[in-house]
Amino acid sequence: MDKEIKREIIMEHYSHPINRKRKEDGSYLKVNTNNSSCIDNLDIYIKIKNNIIEDIVFDGEACAISISSTSIMITNLIGKTVEEAFNFINNFEAMVNEEEYDALNLNEALVFEDIYKQSNRKNCALLPYKGIKKAIEDYLKTK
Amino acid sequence: MNREDFPMFNQDIIYFDNGATTFKPQIVIDKIKDYYENYSANAHRGDYDISYKVDLEYENTREKVVNFLNAKEKEEIIFTSGTTESLNMIASGFFAPIMEAGDEVIITTSEHASNVLPWFRLANEIGIKIKYIPLDDNYHVTIDNLKKVITPNTKVISIAYVTNVIGDIRPIKEITKLAHENNIFVVVDGAQSVPHLKTDVQDLDVDFLAFSAHKMLGPTGVGVLYGKRNLLEELKPINLGGGMNESFDNEQAIYLKELPHRLEAGTPNIAGVIGLGAAIDYLNNISMEKIHERELHLRNYLIEKLIKIPHIDILNLEADSGIVSFNVEGIFSQDVAYYLNKYNICVRAGNHCAKILKNATGVTNSIRISLYFYNTENEIDSLVELLQAKEKIEEEMI
Repeated sequence: MDKEIKREIIMEHYSHPINRKRKEDGSYLKVNTNNSSCIDNLDIYIKIKNNIIEDIVFDGEACAISISSTSIMITNLIGKTVEEAFNFINNFEAMVNEEEYDALNLNEALVFEDIYKQSNRKNCALLPYKGIKKAIEDYLKTK
Repeated sequence: MNREDFPMFNQDIIYFDNGATTFKPQIVIDKIKDYYENYSANAHRGDYDISYKVDLEYENTREKVVNFLNAKEKEEIIFTSGTTESLNMIASGFFAPIMEAGDEVIITTSEHASNVLPWFRLANEIGIKIKYIPLDDNYHVTIDNLKKVITPNTKVISIAYVTNVIGDIRPIKEITKLAHENNIFVVVDGAQSVPHLKTDVQDLDVDFLAFSAHKMLGPTGVGVLYGKRNLLEELKPINLGGGMNESFDNEQAIYLKELPHRLEAGTPNIAGVIGLGAAIDYLNNISMEKIHERELHLRNYLIEKLIKIPHIDILNLEADSGIVSFNVEGIFSQDVAYYLNKYNICVRAGNHCAKILKNATGVTNSIRISLYFYNTENEIDSLVELLQAKEKIEEEMI
């Protein structure tokens, strides 16, 4: 992907992130996710019904990379089954951690394919995934 | 100033995070190396020559600290692992045994975590109350505001001499005077002041003072707990073990050593303490007055330039220290820090461990520049130039 296009996508999701709002609704599971080495701190709310992710919203303070990564993640996960979501998450994490991954399925999340070059920002891109994984695992425990 | 003494400056780096830690001059590094290479024995033995030398050097540093702080005697100087340990020892070792439910400690919302959480622990375990001095419009402490929170239940005031985000210098001498008239103890967190200002514990009349070596050119893992001798005599050692006991036969017959060793259980950080001695010599050679003057000059130089940039909001316009906290309008502080890092400029972004300060300022995080005497006008020029164009920051921050 062209560097300038990547930048535009990141900035668009940062300036106008999808579903950034508080959610006080009992049908949503809430998790907090933060990076201990910086000040990124997000609350993620997820609604799963019949094994399908119906909705995800988020709230909090974080840097441009974390916010855009969260927004892109949400765009990709809504509508997926829990298993499909795990595949997407694992695939994304593999890319950021410089392991083998499948570029075809990552859609806009591919904008972070070079993020490993800035090792101090890898955790920013991974932050929402850390949170959503925990949320889904919590959901599976309640089943 | 004196940059050639610091090997870190062989790198192409601009370092503005001196509130977190400072670089070390070669003379400090050499002193530590000398211990490990030439007389690497334990302290408090003295049965053989190299151990005797360890004791000499270790206790020699204690004398240097006595002089540096204008303390009365070496019994008042305890070596710890740093400010955090010192403050925990003071809260848990001295105040916990003498405070009861309903007794009050006065702090402020701009304190560092290590001067908040040890008191929160006493609140949870004993039921003491935490009172906060209201900060004025510049987030400073005034005597009038302090008077408003003193009650007959106040036992201790525990505050930083210089705070790590706002950088204001507190009127400690007036505070101790007022406190002592009301039979209140005063604990001072000196982490951000001792490296930058002349400290005279007798003139200030503080009861306890805590600070760290690594923020004043010394090694990490070493700090100091100063206390008036009669108070330290009452401070209950948290750590028991070697080096602090005179003798023991059974659980009823434990005899502890005199101060200061009673409060230094276990093998101390010998290399670190000796390194702190070298750092103190180095600072004295320049003189603390000159260091403070230089930092004020650099601060004014930075403020004059930053204030002209419309998209920069300075959080602490009024402060007589080398700390400048600000935000770039509309850009998350962490992103600004990442952007500056691309140009090898080290700044800190975040809440700087002062997590309740936001209650006063309404600002949850900021970029902090903390200067030391070795920073230069040229470095400040480079920083300011990079902050001039907001579009450039937005362009390059990701």
